[in-house]
Amino acid sequence: MNYTVLVVDDSRLARMVMASAFRRLRPEWTLVEAIGADEALGAIASDPIDIALIDFNMPGLDGLELVARIRERAPEMPIALVSANLQDEIIARARELKAAFIAKPLTDEALGAFLSGASLRLRKAKQ
Amino acid sequence: MSVEVAELTPLEQDAFAEIANMGVSRAAASLRQMLGEQVLLSVPAVHIVNRETAAKLAERGTGSRLVAVQQGFEGPFSGRALLIFPEAQSLELVRSIIGGDQSLEDVIDLEHEALAETGNVILNACLATIANVLRKTMRMSLPTVIRGDGATLFAAPPGGADLVLFLYIDFTIKRHDMHGFIALLMDLPSIAALKEIVQDFIKKVQK
Repeated sequence: MNYTVLVVDDSRLARMVMASAFRRLRPEWTLVEAIGADEALGAIASDPIDIALIDFNMPGLDGLELVARIRERAPEMPIALVSANLQDEIIARARELKAAFIAKPLTDEALGAFLSGASLRLRKAKQ
Repeated sequence: MSVEVAELTPLEQDAFAEIANMGVSRAAASLRQMLGEQVLLSVPAVHIVNRETAAKLAERGTGSRLVAVQQGFEGPFSGRALLIFPEAQSLELVRSIIGGDQSLEDVIDLEHEALAETGNVILNACLATIANVLRKTMRMSLPTVIRGDGATLFAAPPGGADLVLFLYIDFTIKRHDMHGFIALLMDLPSIAALKEIVQDFIKKVQK
């Protein structure tokens, strides 16, 4: 099953790193990129997004605020917060919002593990 | 100085900011461990400026009496990393790190050492992350504590160029109403070297 993944990061480099990891891990999946919360919410309203990967430190709404907004529409969507900011409060808040946490610098192992878990959840939800 | 070196393409600017952001975010996590409370970060700023402008940027919002822990780094590119905050908050920061039950005399006694050690942990977390991302080895000098205004902190070394790459991120520690920033300073040859490394990095990512 191929999924559509929303990648939200204000940094073009970070989005490129993410796209490069997807070419290795899930080349057949579709990526939708957004540079911030507004674009991300627009994409979720207009495209069928299955999974979201969201940077934390962004201008405007930060990643956690964005996850909270997405949760209003999509309470079950697999979401991961992606950040080098490994502070307890941030990881705990992500958990409260039922989002996973993936550390930057991004590794294929961490992203792969999240994507496997996410596909499993999406398959189960369909059954 | 050539124009090409002094100008960053939008993608280079973005890449420098993102790499510094990863470094500083890891550093903030280390500071959080030491303080036991959350550290808030701004989004990173990247500028190529003269030292005077860098000094003014450092004094904005913090005043001109500053204390900094600085550490030099050397490798394919070299420069200095600084943890900077208002001098008035130095004792408070030390006290929050070593615990509140120390007397003022003890805190004053320990101040220099505690600042150097705090800076060492935080700046190493920042620089090691950057080195790992770029897959380069960097040597870091021992931390030193400097006090003074922005111009003192960013004074050029003998023969050093006036134009520098200045990357910085503000941090705030809410409960202590503390504010400071982490800055990276590199001169022109290092900017050129870093540009090349970042271009290689981008090429690899595009494959």
